[in-house]
Amino acid sequence: MRHGKWPLIITFLVPPVLLYVVFVVSPYLQAFQISTTDWLGYSPDANSVGLANFKTLWHDGYFWNALQNNAVLLALVPVLTIVLGLFFATMLAMGGRKGRAGVTGVRGGAFYRTVYFFPQVLSVVIIALLWKEVYHPNKGLLTATLHGIGLSAPTWLGDPATAFWCVLAVMVWSNVGFYVVLFGAAMSAVPKEIYEAVLLDGASRFTTLRRVTLPLLWDTVQVAWVYLAIFALDGFILVQLMTNGGPNFSTDVIGVRMYDTAFGSETKFGYASAIGVVMFFLTLSVAVLSLRVGRRDRIEYS
Amino acid sequence: MNRRDILRRSAAAGLLATPAAGLLTGCASGGGDDNDDNAAYKGTKSEQNPLGVKEDAPLEVVIFSGGFGEEYAKTHEAMYTEKYPKAKIKHSATQEISKTLQPRFVDGSPPDVVNNSGTGQIDFNGLVSQNALADLGELLAAPSLDVPGKTVKDTLLPGAVEIGSYDGAFLVLNYTYTAYGIWHSNKLFTERKWEYAKTWDEHIALCKQIKAAGIAPWTYAGLHPRYMSWPLISTAIKFGGPSVALALDNLEPNAWKSDAMKAAADAWHQIVKDKYILEGSPGLDHKQSQTAWCQGKAAFISCGSWLESEQKDVTPAGFNMTIAPTPSLGSGDKLPFEAIRGTAGEPFMVPAKARNVAGGLEYFRTMLSKKGAQDFTRKVASLTVVAGATEGVELPYGLTTVVKALDASGANGFNWVYNNYYRKLERNLVDAACGEFFSGRIGPADFLDQCQRGADSIAQDSSVKKYKRAA
Repeated sequence: MRHGKWPLIITFLVPPVLLYVVFVVSPYLQAFQISTTDWLGYSPDANSVGLANFKTLWHDGYFWNALQNNAVLLALVPVLTIVLGLFFATMLAMGGRKGRAGVTGVRGGAFYRTVYFFPQVLSVVIIALLWKEVYHPNKGLLTATLHGIGLSAPTWLGDPATAFWCVLAVMVWSNVGFYVVLFGAAMSAVPKEIYEAVLLDGASRFTTLRRVTLPLLWDTVQVAWVYLAIFALDGFILVQLMTNGGPNFSTDVIGVRMYDTAFGSETKFGYASAIGVVMFFLTLSVAVLSLRVGRRDRIEYS
Repeated sequence: MNRRDILRRSAAAGLLATPAAGLLTGCASGGGDDNDDNAAYKGTKSEQNPLGVKEDAPLEVVIFSGGFGEEYAKTHEAMYTEKYPKAKIKHSATQEISKTLQPRFVDGSPPDVVNNSGTGQIDFNGLVSQNALADLGELLAAPSLDVPGKTVKDTLLPGAVEIGSYDGAFLVLNYTYTAYGIWHSNKLFTERKWEYAKTWDEHIALCKQIKAAGIAPWTYAGLHPRYMSWPLISTAIKFGGPSVALALDNLEPNAWKSDAMKAAADAWHQIVKDKYILEGSPGLDHKQSQTAWCQGKAAFISCGSWLESEQKDVTPAGFNMTIAPTPSLGSGDKLPFEAIRGTAGEPFMVPAKARNVAGGLEYFRTMLSKKGAQDFTRKVASLTVVAGATEGVELPYGLTTVVKALDASGANGFNWVYNNYYRKLERNLVDAACGEFFSGRIGPADFLDQCQRGADSIAQDSSVKKYKRAA
């Protein structure tokens, strides 16, 4: 048996590690190196400038503006998505009214579960284009509905006051479905007797969710939190396709700033790499922090 | 939670975080040393072959597949292989010029001809400051392919060389000739007995009339509001003379706050104040706003002369789109009403490290032949920088109005190039300011302030190479 272990490990471990090193680790290392140069991207020549790029970044108002938007996303997207995800998953698992003695989901739960999952199946590009049409200020679904019931509508993506929230809504919308399924799966692992006991004790649905479901799902919620936090620090594709950071930089995010600096309106690859490096550390800190802060004892079902 | 979980999750987190930050360096720097199999192809120069093309050297052409498509290029390529049957042409088309070609520039193996255009365009400032472009001067001095007795330079419309020149070196061939103006439907105006106004006061009066008729006077690409900077700056230049444009291009202090710019911004603020803009315009992109205009929801729109071919699919028959210059502010204008912004556009370039530079220049000579230019105009309904190349070509309605407008404008035509020198200034900074201004969130003074702040930020950025033009 023993001599059979190594070939197995090598065949299954070496290729992925190699791929990871070549396509993930090495670009990262290069990004760190490039961020200390003034490389303009279209010739092999670059001069080392030390930490000058980071110094410029510190005084770059557009960068801070983008960072601020990312911070708002970080504060809201995970919370909204998880709350909505938990709510829907709970309703699907135990929201039903009939059969008061047992614990059942709402009628047509399977149908809802499929519908919630739709956005996850669509590519992000399609989601962005779809919502761009929904937000069309003259003939979009939203405006038409509001006009239909006699209300006036804003210009959605065209107004700095609303554009950011429009994009945020799409982010939540496109993510919720996945977490409904994730939480739903986690809930189905919770023994039914617990819920029946809670029900017998006369707890309301909200109390059940807060006092029983949430603590039992804590691990899953925490993973969701980390994923969503990373998503919120990125958000590049949706923003780039829907608004490209506008109007007047109101929806700008760090990812768009980085892309625009290298491939968009300028060719400052050195400076863009510096933005990338900052993004790397931000994402890493947020991921580590949210894992630390949320640490609790694990509950095992026997 | 145990240690294994933390590790597992951190790894998952790392994996998720990767695409964003790794994005940039998927194609990192390095390489680029010339070696033997990268040597340039050179032929012997002769009367027949003034650029010294090596006749069996392959030529690689990359076309931006935007509004003009790529078919026209295939004709030019066929013309090239007709002259050099042994040359093999590699043709490709993409919408993502910068992303596709950046690694090849770094690698030192760029294509021979690049149509650097579209939203994925590579910033010319960056290319020029890195000496990535071949000097096209030799092309200008070469004899024209099919206009006897003239050099290529002699066959070009005025301004075509200047716009592609950086510090005196001709580096970029802008192939099309584009007029920028205000468009309306001749059909709509004839039906309603409206007449295009020549002065600003009359324009406002006409807007009032149009609005009373239940049509919005204006619409614009709210998500790309820089389209509206064009008529505004044109108004200022016609009021204050070409020096207004010169100051903007040379990033002179307070160029955006000159009296002419103030007068123009104040004037244009009127259409915002009086609500002469189609409701919802700030949320429309260029296609959506142009389509609303084609559907008769708005009377005026600002665009360049590519509008007709861009809107081909949605323009109703007999719409008769017509370009017109911006109205004069008053009798004190330095330029007459007829003056319009005309400029060469659609940039083509030969990378300095291309293996077949001579072939690239020869390809440009083919494009700039009368035959090549006529075919282009026929295929994509756009003018070229080749003088007189529209002879014998039947033009669509809109393009005939462009030709007429350019003729009437003549020597009074004007242009600016700050958008070529500093892509970011127009694409990001002036764009954002226009968005605020034309949606009515800021007034003229704040608008010019914001533009000036943008220009100042470029002027103070030591990592951006600065260019000056004399006149």
